[in-house]
Amino acid sequence: MSLGSVPLKYKVSIDREQCMHCMRCIDNCSYGVFHREDDRIIIDSRKCTACHHCISMCPRDAITLKERPVDYRSHPLWTAEAREDIINQARSGKIILSGMGNAKPYPVIFDRLVLDACQVTNPSIDPLREPMELRTYLGKKPSRLEINKKDNGDVELLTKLTPNLKLDTPIMIGHMSYGAISLNAQLSLAKAVEKTGTFMGTGEGGLHEAIYPYQKNMIVQVASGRFGVDINYLERGAAIEIKIGQGAKPGIGGHLPGEKVCQDVSCTRMIPLGSDAISPAPHHDIYSIEDLAQLVRSLKEATEWKKPVFVKIAAVHNAAAIAAGIARSSADAVVIDGFRGGSGATPKVFRDNVGIPIEAAVASVDQKLKDQGIRNKISVIASGGIRNSADIAKSIALGADAVYIGTGALIAMGCRVCGQCYRGMCPWGIATQRPDLVERLDPEVESEHVANLIRSWTLELSELMGAAGINSIESLRSNRSRLRGYMLDEGTLDVLQVKPVGA
Amino acid sequence: MKKIEIDAKGIHYTPLNEMIREAVRDGAEEIVLNNVIGQRFIADGLKGDVTITINGVAGGDLGMFMNGPTCIVNGNCDHAPGNTMDMGTIIVHGSTGDAAAHSMRGGKLFVENNIGYRGGIHMKQYEEEHRPVLVVGGTAHAFLGEYMAGGLILVLGIGKEEPIVDRGIGSGIHGGMIIVRGEVEDEILGIGARKTDFGEEELEMITPYVEEFCEHFGKDPSGLLNMNYTCIVPASTRPFAGKYTWE
Ligand code: SF4
Ligand code: SF4
Repeated sequence: MSLGSVPLKYKVSIDREQCMHCMRCIDNCSYGVFHREDDRIIIDSRKCTACHHCISMCPRDAITLKERPVDYRSHPLWTAEAREDIINQARSGKIILSGMGNAKPYPVIFDRLVLDACQVTNPSIDPLREPMELRTYLGKKPSRLEINKKDNGDVELLTKLTPNLKLDTPIMIGHMSYGAISLNAQLSLAKAVEKTGTFMGTGEGGLHEAIYPYQKNMIVQVASGRFGVDINYLERGAAIEIKIGQGAKPGIGGHLPGEKVCQDVSCTRMIPLGSDAISPAPHHDIYSIEDLAQLVRSLKEATEWKKPVFVKIAAVHNAAAIAAGIARSSADAVVIDGFRGGSGATPKVFRDNVGIPIEAAVASVDQKLKDQGIRNKISVIASGGIRNSADIAKSIALGADAVYIGTGALIAMGCRVCGQCYRGMCPWGIATQRPDLVERLDPEVESEHVANLIRSWTLELSELMGAAGINSIESLRSNRSRLRGYMLDEGTLDVLQVKPVGA
Repeated sequence: MKKIEIDAKGIHYTPLNEMIREAVRDGAEEIVLNNVIGQRFIADGLKGDVTITINGVAGGDLGMFMNGPTCIVNGNCDHAPGNTMDMGTIIVHGSTGDAAAHSMRGGKLFVENNIGYRGGIHMKQYEEEHRPVLVVGGTAHAFLGEYMAGGLILVLGIGKEEPIVDRGIGSGIHGGMIIVRGEVEDEILGIGARKTDFGEEELEMITPYVEEFCEHFGKDPSGLLNMNYTCIVPASTRPFAGKYTWE
């Protein structure tokens, strides 16, 4: 017998009274939910992904969308999702592919941490009146400085400093490759980081010519597929990041399906047109922490030790030990990508089940580095599921030097987290290479939206710091005493090195 | 022709590379490095039209990201010579460690004797000028050409009864071609690899590389230019295409 169809995920309807028959929804939906028959708009709800493009463009607010309009018999274990995944796999015999970050309702540690503020005994600082120092330097810091005092009173620095990245705000944009996202999307992000004095990652997709003007704000990525990596690419970047793992899919590689490898993507990645771009799970020249140190040094050597090299790992159980190993290589920063990190395409079983939350990972990495007396040797960048300035403040208080945002920046350009990025039909022109869709995204406008987001969060960050009587981001870093855990278990509080509320 | 000699004895790789770069900037066309003993990253990221002769044993990642130069090693090489190399030639009068020609995108690597594990892994090609070639005179260990996405690996098996005995040849291969002299047992092919016929066209394709190999190492090509080869190609150019269903 046939398994039949599963109930609709979303039900779209049009308020026919409101509708003015402008037909915009038909043009807007790249999934083909709407079509016209004579004078009537016919709706095929099964095709809907809840991307909201039609809703956002409807001049009459006539479109309604409802999630799961059909009930199953409720059951706490056999959720609709569990049942539907089984039906899907019973039909296909395949791995379920998904998009965006972890979609399981694990408790969010950020939401169980509260920040401190000053009252009476210590004054808060008004950011309007007092300068707030948000400038962040990423890279190695010397454990001590040797100076030479000259007769005329000048001091001469004898210690040789290693190159650092100078950020005007501790907010950077994480690696999303050209190929996974469109060129217009990447261009918008690039313009935004230039405007706000910060940096973004290229992802493992090479550097398109159109991004060259922003190369001083780009962190170029070297991943296991080595796509687009050559000496010119390395020389263009402000810093180089070795990608070992990704929070959305720790332990596995990735691949860009051949359909997405169009002419432009092909030359940026330096692979033939239409061929699959497969990044193996490990770098096959890195099978140990010593090999990693070797890759770090090979990149340093190739660029004459002029650029910081970052290493990005997924947040896993032994992230702290790995980070300590990385700190002992010549690497300048370690990026920890938590299990809520986004991805264009990830096997669902990985997205939802593998890895640990960024909050715990950052805290344990910071603590381990401090315990071993090597915290100055490396900067820590937190990423994966950072939604607002409070998450950033909490990440820094837990021990991060800076953060990467990804999904947040995409939402600032229209993304509605529909999770269908792997299909390449993103109606917002973000996760697609289809020219008509890419065209919808205007880099001038969207870069301003992304820049605004970074500015807002930077402002809020300085307010939060001021309220806590802190005038420099350095004093917030790893300052766990300004955090309290609310309804967190003792074990987690212990890992975070945070006291419970009231204590 | 400007020729420079450097005594590498006791010099760390960073100053050594600086000296090489300096020499190239000064217009050297030939650099001879004597007493090399395991210094890594020689010619790493080096651009230009220069020939570097390395007398001794080259350390890991020789010619990594290199774009143009020629390196001649009179000795063995540690792991991954030609790693992510773009263009240029590396000639090894000896054997190499693991991951030789890892992720190589262009240029040529000739190894007189043997290579270690994972040779030519994830080699890839791009347009005409970026078609990497790895030629091995002796044999290769397991996972030769794994995840290969383009280019050519040629194993000549000179002096060997069986050219390759290790398993996993071309596992995950989705582009390019591996050609091995003699027979290759089915059991040692990796998942995603299959054998095809070696024809006149293939012979014609490998002839210049065989000749160049013989020229570098002073060997006679006549016994190597025949139809006694096995071709290994991807079973599909889209090994992952059928693996997924949508959420
Ligand atoms: S966009 Fe709104 S008003 Fe226009 S046709 Fe669609 S539902 Fe009607
Ligand atoms: S980028 Fe596009 S496809 Fe991906 S979740 Fe956002 S709206 Fe959906």
